[in-house]
Amino acid sequence: MTTPLIQIQNVHKAFNGKPVLDGINLDVAHGESVTVIGQSGCGKSVLLKHVIRLLEPDQGHVLFDGKDLGELDSRKLTEVRKRIGMLFQSAALFDSMTVAENVGLGLKESQQYTSKEIDKIVTEKLEMVGLADAADKSPAELSGGMRKRVGLARAIAGNPEVLLYDEPTTGLDPITSDMINDMIVDLTRILEVTSISVTHDMKSAFKIANRIVMLYEGCVRFDGGPDELRQSKDPVVQQFISGNATGPIKVR
Amino acid sequence: MPSALEGLGSRGVSFVVKLGGMAIMLGRFVVSLKSIFRSFGLIVDQIYVLGVQSLPLIVIVSIFVGAVSAWQAAYQFKFIGAPLHYIGNAVGKAVVIELAPVLSAIVFAGRVGAGITAELGTMRVTEQIDALESMGISPIRYLVMPRILACLVMVPFLVIFANFVAIIGGLVVSVIGVDVSSETFLAGFRNSFKMGDLINGLIKAGLFGMLIGLVGCYEGFHTHGGAQGVGKATTTSVVISSVGILVFNFIFAVILFRI
Repeated sequence: MTTPLIQIQNVHKAFNGKPVLDGINLDVAHGESVTVIGQSGCGKSVLLKHVIRLLEPDQGHVLFDGKDLGELDSRKLTEVRKRIGMLFQSAALFDSMTVAENVGLGLKESQQYTSKEIDKIVTEKLEMVGLADAADKSPAELSGGMRKRVGLARAIAGNPEVLLYDEPTTGLDPITSDMINDMIVDLTRILEVTSISVTHDMKSAFKIANRIVMLYEGCVRFDGGPDELRQSKDPVVQQFISGNATGPIKVR
Repeated sequence: MPSALEGLGSRGVSFVVKLGGMAIMLGRFVVSLKSIFRSFGLIVDQIYVLGVQSLPLIVIVSIFVGAVSAWQAAYQFKFIGAPLHYIGNAVGKAVVIELAPVLSAIVFAGRVGAGITAELGTMRVTEQIDALESMGISPIRYLVMPRILACLVMVPFLVIFANFVAIIGGLVVSVIGVDVSSETFLAGFRNSFKMGDLINGLIKAGLFGMLIGLVGCYEGFHTHGGAQGVGKATTTSVVISSVGILVFNFIFAVILFRI
């Protein structure tokens, strides 16, 4: 049996004494497309940030390709991070740079590419997200959907093995959301990447995942395929996917 | 009054945590200096934005600092009956030793320290710093080192200008308002001028610059809570830098000028 690419082992995390993750265990194999769902504030984004060590667990371990992220020095951590691309909830584009500079920043700072090569890669990635003509624009000139697409182009610029999506469709209209979902499905297939996306948009979850994990009260409540999720008898799962205000889940 | 004591205790603990955090950031800044040539372009950008663009403000402030010192010196000299030809000595000493380094640093903290915190704080709350880290780019090398280094280099540079302009301001007020000739003013200045005073002032300025850059970056990096958090962090940054400048200035005075 091959070692899973990402292993989250008994991870606990609390903020100001309030537990957010309470002993999460999750393995993600090479090539899997996992979507993590759950209520707002249940710790989905916190979990995602542990995968790239933007946050460190209070207890437990996160392993990438068999290596414990907590034990890596900064050089080795940088090598791991270069194998991962992340799309942030707010896209997190750098305001002071153009779209092209945003997409090419990681390549430029890696010092492994000439400026000609960077221009070529940036154009290619912007074409993949349908924004080749926006290269010279500043992030302030872009709509929410365009910002997410630039964020996506930036995440795939270094040809990562893993893509992390933090709420890729939040704040977008249904049509743009669907377009982003299609783009994620296409990119995952074309680039042959492992992906973990975090969302509370069920339409998005069903469209992009081949495995869905539901977090509830700091623990994994459900872990299985989209069809299993639909057929689950768990009232917590059913309430969440049907979007009812009444049921066992307390609305915060 | 256990709650008041608890409040005091928790403030004390957060202050110590903050000092520790700043010491760690300073250490990481020193380590990041090994990439100084790689970050050369970023450093030059910050030198221009933080330092060169502060020059007009420093010049305006310094003209009035020199002018008011000459006016006050003349007023006090007349009051105690001291000869007015010492006005150049008084203005020169006050400007070079204290006024130019301290006031330039405080003005710089208001303009640049606040700007650094607001910029980095906004980057923190909009996840731009997380994005840098996720791309394998060290935010200390990319954001902190160029800013602290630019402050460290540019505050002494600005103080040289401040000294020059403040002396000119004092000279103009002495000639026009106090009726002391420019030759008398400059002779007094030359008599009292010591290269050691200027160098001490510039060393002080460099350390003030480093303090402003460090506090600005630390507060920016530890911003949370959206727009309100950015505002709060910016205020805290200016307050800590300004108080820090005055406290360190007193410590320097005690060390350098033994009574």
